[in-house]
Amino acid sequence: MLWACILLPQLALDAVLRHRDDPDTPLVLLSGPAQRRVLQAVNPPATALGLRAGQTLTTAQALAGSFTCVEHDPAAIEQLQQFLAAWAYRFSSQVSLHYPRVLLLEVESSLGLFGPWPAFEARLRAELRALGFRHRIVLASNPVAARMLANAHDGLALDCPQQTRAALEQMPIERVGLPVEAASAFARMGLRQLGQVLALPREALARRFAAPVQLHLDRLLGRRPMALAFYLPPDRFDARLELNFDVESHQALLFPLRRLINDLAAFLAGRDSGVQRFALHLEHAQGPDTCVPVGLLAAGRDPSMLFELARGRLEQLQIGAPVRNLRLLAEDLPAFVPQRSELFDPRPQQNQPWEQLRERLRARLGDEAVGGLAAQADHRPECAWQRGEAPRQAPLLTSAPRPGWLLAEPQALPGIGVQLLTGAECIESGWWDGGDVRRDYYRVRTASGLQGWAYRTLGEEGPLWLQGWFA
Amino acid sequence: MGAVVSLDGLLDQQRLWKGRPQAQPQGLQPTGHAALDAVLPGGGWPAGALTELLLAAEGCGELQLLWPSLARLTQAGERVVLIAPPLIPYPPAWQAAGVDLHWLTVVQATAGEVLWAAEQCLRSGSCGAVLCWPHKADDRALRRLQVAAESGQTLAFACRAQQAALNPSPAALRIAVDAQPAQWRVLKCRGGLAPATAIACPGRG
Repeated sequence: MLWACILLPQLALDAVLRHRDDPDTPLVLLSGPAQRRVLQAVNPPATALGLRAGQTLTTAQALAGSFTCVEHDPAAIEQLQQFLAAWAYRFSSQVSLHYPRVLLLEVESSLGLFGPWPAFEARLRAELRALGFRHRIVLASNPVAARMLANAHDGLALDCPQQTRAALEQMPIERVGLPVEAASAFARMGLRQLGQVLALPREALARRFAAPVQLHLDRLLGRRPMALAFYLPPDRFDARLELNFDVESHQALLFPLRRLINDLAAFLAGRDSGVQRFALHLEHAQGPDTCVPVGLLAAGRDPSMLFELARGRLEQLQIGAPVRNLRLLAEDLPAFVPQRSELFDPRPQQNQPWEQLRERLRARLGDEAVGGLAAQADHRPECAWQRGEAPRQAPLLTSAPRPGWLLAEPQALPGIGVQLLTGAECIESGWWDGGDVRRDYYRVRTASGLQGWAYRTLGEEGPLWLQGWFA
Repeated sequence: MGAVVSLDGLLDQQRLWKGRPQAQPQGLQPTGHAALDAVLPGGGWPAGALTELLLAAEGCGELQLLWPSLARLTQAGERVVLIAPPLIPYPPAWQAAGVDLHWLTVVQATAGEVLWAAEQCLRSGSCGAVLCWPHKADDRALRRLQVAAESGQTLAFACRAQQAALNPSPAALRIAVDAQPAQWRVLKCRGGLAPATAIACPGRG
């Protein structure tokens, strides 16, 4: 088995930065009690101002005038790790969050699908970059070695235990995850590199050091296995974004919305499912949330389509109060069935597929506005049609001519100038369901030359009732 | 008359302009009516352009004109969208005319949204033909439809009342549909002169 370790060195900072559209302004993360605020992390523009992690807030304010302060939020980091695990689950079924800020992936079984490791690694890096996370990736023959090599390396790929061992031997002793007192004891003994420690006789080590040291060294070399808890994806998607200021126009909501929907799409791709309906909750400072449900006719997961739809719904919305937080909730995640598409498309300029167009129309005109027509096997004209998806081949009930247009309600036809073109066709049906119909139908020509389809109920006198046009 | 110039030499040098150099190519979008195809410049509907149907009244024969094309498109698996039809398309008749209902979509839209929906459908390029019934369409709206049809390479049909026949229009083809006598008159066709004579509507004695 080969293990890839993806180390996210600046997860807390990236978590904040990826939601902001101004990466070039100085920004610091704060933590600690109110009496002693400490800079937890700083971004490069803030570093250029002379700010360092570990400084107190008062020092920082004395050094630089303007920088943005954001509260460090461990709960958000935990949520983000879950999201990243869901993302990594696309590439491997064995994803572990055993170490903090680290994704461990078993990748040997995925190489067949995602190509040789250099291509696979490039893909991982490209996607992480698109998601906005800085990272280091190391491949090694066991998970512990991969994790520890990531402390000092980036882009290292070692696909056999001998190479892994050779690389490990070069590692400084304090960077390989040994207990602190053991590491300092080795250092005081003059052993600077792991290779020197591994050269010592095993019995001597076991006598001098506690059992966890030997255990850790064995795991590093893959002599003893390590039990890892693997990630299991949840059955729903729930993400929430704090906007930190009152948003009053939907334009300003689009940027965070796009971020949320991209996260949703990454999650769905990892689970190999689609989404049929999801809800946007716009949280206000006071009062209940505004809920915007977004529904699709078929499950989809294309981020641009989902964004377009959510945007269409959002644009029509009248909101009473400014929006504070944005939350995206998707409960129903059906399996995703990819759309069949032609290899040789007869229409080269087809830039928007029909499904996307249909959802777009539905978003603006209403859910019921777009539909097909289906023929029903019924002789009564008003029952012979139905909105909805038409079956592939519906049988024709009669060969008698029928009008192309049907009136929603029959109209009385004034008798002047009306000429009967055919004899009566009697339609008598529906006595079993209460909609009893006994009518004589005629093809008529009106004074203005139009050809209509009109009837007179059997046994009644009076005007003809027009029900359709032979157009 | 010093030099004798041979006719072939002149033709080879391409110094002569010849009117109508070759026979009209077969239209990519035949209307399905031989008499109409014969008078239209492209031998059929102008592809990727707007066709305006000017109706004497609702139901005066527009479906007879369109059904062969719609049947051909739907049977080829191309989608046909009807936007805001004023009456209900009666499925048995459409089926009898050969239209595959599976590929027929009806979009209900309010008067203000018809043009928007038509433009979206045309621009997307995922439909074979788009029929719309705009309530009020001015020169500008029709031009938008024409541009959308061009960019999506889709057949566009706009059905309007015949009162609009006198107004100028950017449509590539304008056909007036008369009820009495039942005939079609080509008012304008891009790429050729509009024929002076009307074409009798088949099947309406």
